[in-house]
Amino acid sequence: MFVIKHRKKFFAISGLLVLASLFLIFTRGLNIGIDFTGGSAFEIKYAENRPEVSVAKQALNENGIEVANIRPFGDSSFILQIKSTDSETQEAILALLTQLNPELQLEMVDPHIIGPSVGAELRSKALIAIITVSLAIILFIAYSFRHASEKVSSWKYGMIAVLALVHDIIVPTGLVAFLGIEVSSLFIIALLAILGLSVNDTIVVFDRVRENIKLKISKDFSETVGKSLDQTFIRSINTSLTTLFVVFALYFIGPESTKDFALVLAAGLVVGTYSSIFIASPLLVEVEKREKTQNKKK
Amino acid sequence: MFKKRLLAILLIILGVLIANFDFTKSLSSENEEPQLFKLGLDLSGGIYLEYLVDVSSIPQAEVKDSMDALRDLIERRVNTFGVSEPIVQTKQPGLLGLGDGTKEQRLIVELPGVDNVKKAQEAIGMIPILEFRENRSPEEEVAILAAKEDLRKAIEEQRENFEPDPLAFENIHTVGELTGRFLDRASLQFNNSNSISNGEPIVLLEFNEEGAKLFTELTKNNAGGSIPIYVDGEMVSNPSVGEEYAKAGISGGTAQISGGFTAEEAKDLAWRLNSGALPVDKLELLESRSIGATLGEKALDAGFQAGIWGLAIVAIFLILWYRLPGLVAVLALGLYVAIMLALFKIIPVVITAPGIAGIILSIGMAVDANVLIFERMKEELRAGRTIQDSIREGFSRAWPSIRDGNFSSLISAIILFWFGTSLVKGFALTFGLGILVSMFSAITISRTFLLAISPSDSKGFIRKLFGSGLSKS
Repeated sequence: MFVIKHRKKFFAISGLLVLASLFLIFTRGLNIGIDFTGGSAFEIKYAENRPEVSVAKQALNENGIEVANIRPFGDSSFILQIKSTDSETQEAILALLTQLNPELQLEMVDPHIIGPSVGAELRSKALIAIITVSLAIILFIAYSFRHASEKVSSWKYGMIAVLALVHDIIVPTGLVAFLGIEVSSLFIIALLAILGLSVNDTIVVFDRVRENIKLKISKDFSETVGKSLDQTFIRSINTSLTTLFVVFALYFIGPESTKDFALVLAAGLVVGTYSSIFIASPLLVEVEKREKTQNKKK
Repeated sequence: MFKKRLLAILLIILGVLIANFDFTKSLSSENEEPQLFKLGLDLSGGIYLEYLVDVSSIPQAEVKDSMDALRDLIERRVNTFGVSEPIVQTKQPGLLGLGDGTKEQRLIVELPGVDNVKKAQEAIGMIPILEFRENRSPEEEVAILAAKEDLRKAIEEQRENFEPDPLAFENIHTVGELTGRFLDRASLQFNNSNSISNGEPIVLLEFNEEGAKLFTELTKNNAGGSIPIYVDGEMVSNPSVGEEYAKAGISGGTAQISGGFTAEEAKDLAWRLNSGALPVDKLELLESRSIGATLGEKALDAGFQAGIWGLAIVAIFLILWYRLPGLVAVLALGLYVAIMLALFKIIPVVITAPGIAGIILSIGMAVDANVLIFERMKEELRAGRTIQDSIREGFSRAWPSIRDGNFSSLISAIILFWFGTSLVKGFALTFGLGILVSMFSAITISRTFLLAISPSDSKGFIRKLFGSGLSKS
């Protein structure tokens, strides 16, 4: 009941989180990777020590090479991303870097080229996928909660679940903007996985509400929701914990290429669990309360 | 009760058998190293190339044939690399540019174990050449063959200071003017002109106007001899030209190649000739990735380690929190992993780094159903039921939320798969399979085990074993 009673505070916390995330996304911008923009990326591997990143970047920029991103990698490598996709630019970069530090041995490893049209395709597909998933979830929840719509229509269950989803997607995206993590296709996968997990969480709580409505445990809707929350609380925490354990294992021990992915997922899991307990269910109560007062006015 | 216990033992034995199957290396083809699983390029190392195929000048109805011809051709070129398991596939447009399809025709080439992107691109990107060559005079031919033989011997014996005759590098056939540029199309036909050749498969060549003239000229000059046909510098056919054409050559712009082909061979040759005659307008490189073999190996190892550690931590947590049922959940989880790996092997699912992430994530989710059931059981126990009743009741009460929760996750997995680029697909497939198998494992395997060990006595120490977490009951 604690959660229901203090729901306005939790709404405020989430509102602030979402606003802060949006602020970060719009001010800092997202570090959109070449998966979406097109371009090429490769590792410049030095035999021993590498030059300072800033020095290398400056040298390249001065010679008219548009560097999208350059960061240290491993012990003696850079990961370099450029907008151009032709092989002449790659050769020019190698030549420039060799000129910069002639005494250092270097080589280009694992080049990776993505045409701009592939990036554009991915962008539109990602958007379509996220919207489709959201719509499908509203439909599914509206259908499977049709018997629990005495107080709040089952459509609203679906819409609230999706509202929680939007929350669960915006906050990790804000984190990504804050940390400057590259937005790659893996990031989209992480968001879609968060969608799946977060809805799963929300549905379990809603399911308990549905059952308790059927059992008529209380006349008061807010009490019904509050009790349902109490009953599913440990489960929500435990499930998130076990999933977090494996995601952390992925982050700390797993492959280099899925580290950022694991981080985004972990953020999404925490936020998703939070939102299904502190946002989605209290919102049910809020919606019911408003409908009641509106009906009275009539 | 006895039946349940027997079933539980059978399940354990089955699990051990499946695990054994998982970790037996299997041969998917003879000339390939045995592997536990099919690994994606990001784990095995190699090159991924994606091309945009320009088919704008090809009639809609023939696009598919052209794409097949292209795939066939590229496959042959790729095979010259000696790669163990190259993949060459075409992507056709799909609804709204979603699903497997794209808005354009695409060609994807995967070369495991190859690391020279440039060389690979050069070999693939060049437009195939179809050439009609001419025989040299017999003397010249003998001289060239002799020079070639000399060079071969010299190399074989590793002779030093050997100055090869320049003739050894000549082709025994001279390159003529007539090339694939002038060929309209080649097609598989069946020769019904007389009773002897009844139904024999042949390849029909159709030239354009200019080509027809060149062909008439060529056949006139080579009447009584043959016209070797080359694709990509390799002779594919050497049809003979009848003496009777010495005066006027073969006119009409069509010719046929016969020579004891099977229908399959004739079709293949027609394809090859068509491909020499530009099956498509242009290939444009859209995407290329190259992954070093050591990097892939490291990623695979790290993914494996992360899986083991994740599983171990979850197991410890489950046993500490849920005690005996927790142990059961760990067993069920073990079986879950064994079944998943077996499925990957059978389907087969290509394992990539995102795929591994999907598997690891699904381990976390597989626990969810168990947690739901155990929490429900605990409630029933508190309400004063016997252990066995609580188990049954816990399962049936938890089922709707397991069903609906997993179903919604499944919806996301399906949409992901449908939307997917190859990387996303790997994740979606493992994620979706994980959801299905975990549901199965929770409601059948966990249930069987729990009922098998459930005591009729519901008091004291045993009850404690079924208790959980910080509760005292």
